Amino acid sequence: MRDALADLAVYEPEEGEIMEVSMGPHHPSTHGVFRMDVKLEGERVVRLKPVFGYLHRNHEKIAEHGAYLSAIPYTDRLDYLCSMTNNWGYVLAVEKLAGIAVPERAEYIRVIVAELTRFQNHAGLVGFLLQDMGASGTPLMYAFREREKVLDLFESLSGARMMCNYMRFGGLRVDATASWLAEVRQLVGRLPRFVDEFENLLRVNEILMARTQGVGVLPRELAINAGVTGPMLRASGVNYDVRKVDHYGVYDRFHFRVPLGEHGDVYDRYMMRILEMRETVKILEQAVRDIPAGPIIDPKVRLRGLRPKAGEAYGRIESPKGELGFFLISDGTGNPYRYRVRPPSMINLTILEDMCLGENIADTVIILGSVDIVLGEVDR
Amino acid sequence: MVGEGLIQGLVETARNFFGSYVDKERLTTVQFPEERLPLPEASRVFPILLFDGGDPEAGLRCVACQICEKECPPRCIHIEKSKDKKPDFVGKQQFYPAVFDIDVSVCMSCQICVEVCPFDAIRMDKEFELSTSDRFGGLLWTKEQLAKPNDYYKKIHPEESAETDERRVKELADARAKAAAAAAKAKAASAAPGSAAGNGTEAVKEPEQKVTPQ
Repeated sequence: MRDALADLAVYEPEEGEIMEVSMGPHHPSTHGVFRMDVKLEGERVVRLKPVFGYLHRNHEKIAEHGAYLSAIPYTDRLDYLCSMTNNWGYVLAVEKLAGIAVPERAEYIRVIVAELTRFQNHAGLVGFLLQDMGASGTPLMYAFREREKVLDLFESLSGARMMCNYMRFGGLRVDATASWLAEVRQLVGRLPRFVDEFENLLRVNEILMARTQGVGVLPRELAINAGVTGPMLRASGVNYDVRKVDHYGVYDRFHFRVPLGEHGDVYDRYMMRILEMRETVKILEQAVRDIPAGPIIDPKVRLRGLRPKAGEAYGRIESPKGELGFFLISDGTGNPYRYRVRPPSMINLTILEDMCLGENIADTVIILGSVDIVLGEVDR
Repeated sequence: MVGEGLIQGLVETARNFFGSYVDKERLTTVQFPEERLPLPEASRVFPILLFDGGDPEAGLRCVACQICEKECPPRCIHIEKSKDKKPDFVGKQQFYPAVFDIDVSVCMSCQICVEVCPFDAIRMDKEFELSTSDRFGGLLWTKEQLAKPNDYYKKIHPEESAETDERRVKELADARAKAAAAAAKAKAASAAPGSAAGNGTEAVKEPEQKVTPQ
């Protein structure tokens, strides 16, 4: 942290010196309807208050009023860039609640679609982050070109590009055909070239380094105390990945490393996404190689009219943005008594002020960009 | 050296620019209204109701069981059951929907109605250019607008419809075999006592309307 920050903590502004700026909710840099109430002294941020809730749409209450099945398409709309991982988090919670086993082939296809989701999310995030820094268009265009190929695969598998509604308790809705898996293999073969090029594009760029290194530092202790998860936490040097610590799905069978940052600044968070894309490609290569044949769903599972025994369950997965958890309480009826989402983007957003204090107003934009938020998930 | 990183980035940009002339992987854009990519088999937009044969009224597969109405997550389906019955494709007397409306401005294309339908009556369309200037009636689709022939379904989802049709042909054959067996049994029963024929055979008469799925 800078020395300036220590001074600012006891800084008592005089009348007329502080300017208040309301950034958002319709600001192009806030990635949706999100507002930052910023107090500025000159160009420097002395106070920042994140204001969200503009996209609140009663997600949890809707899910409590419907059957267990009918909540799945709503989870697509939480983090609308990563519908597959949202589906997985929810069905994992229901599977724990009702004690449903998942066939092996379904677990492998889940890993494949989740890792493809992670890849396209990180590509898109890095594209948007660079766009926020002023690299207008070019990196974002390359990122979206690759994202498009992943979305094409999702469409031919599940019928929709973004709102996939693909997973079910106990398995999947439709099976992946041999030709679909062949397409995935082909795409996975081409992805390393894309990651190399994408990294070379700006990794050692002097302007990018000057803009991002040492900016928006998130100290390790603060990250842990604030409950930050995902690439943000790992960029601060904490080795915590739900795939490794919670052993959900079949992640234990794949060899992959968890990249860690050192400084916890915007540059580390940017590099974290690039490195995770490489690990994702590794997992994908192993998954498409080892995928077994077999059923994709237990035929005895009751999708309609599922009534789990009274109890509670918490299912969590490593979504591209962090730990995505679903907490369910059942009272034995056909709809959950309580349904709660632990959204990674919202919790990662709570420490925005600590990262922005003492920085320039222009840097708040890239600090927010490096958090990786999707307002559908923040506001629910 | 200062500027090395800038040059390295420019090399990548140049590689992508010149590569887009030779490599299909680097240029994925199509000029949309003139040029269209084929939609995948599984692609889905909004639901349609299927009917067999040529008459949307008589051949409508929906029996107004209202499962889809109950299971629809945003509750965009409205069904009113008929008072009378009509025969379905195997000849069994069934209710039919007097009113079947889908508010497509509420529908979220999740396909759960298709999954839960036990009668293969509701399927997903692929038509996506649906803009209308009528904000109210234009987005509330009635039974008449939703009804599509099975041929249309075959055209948009060839693999899926082949599977459905195969199953339905089998169901029809089973139903006929059952009816024939019941008729034979009734005949044998009526033949045994000799005179008391009539009541038994009448109950298991052949399906009035045989509509084969095409």
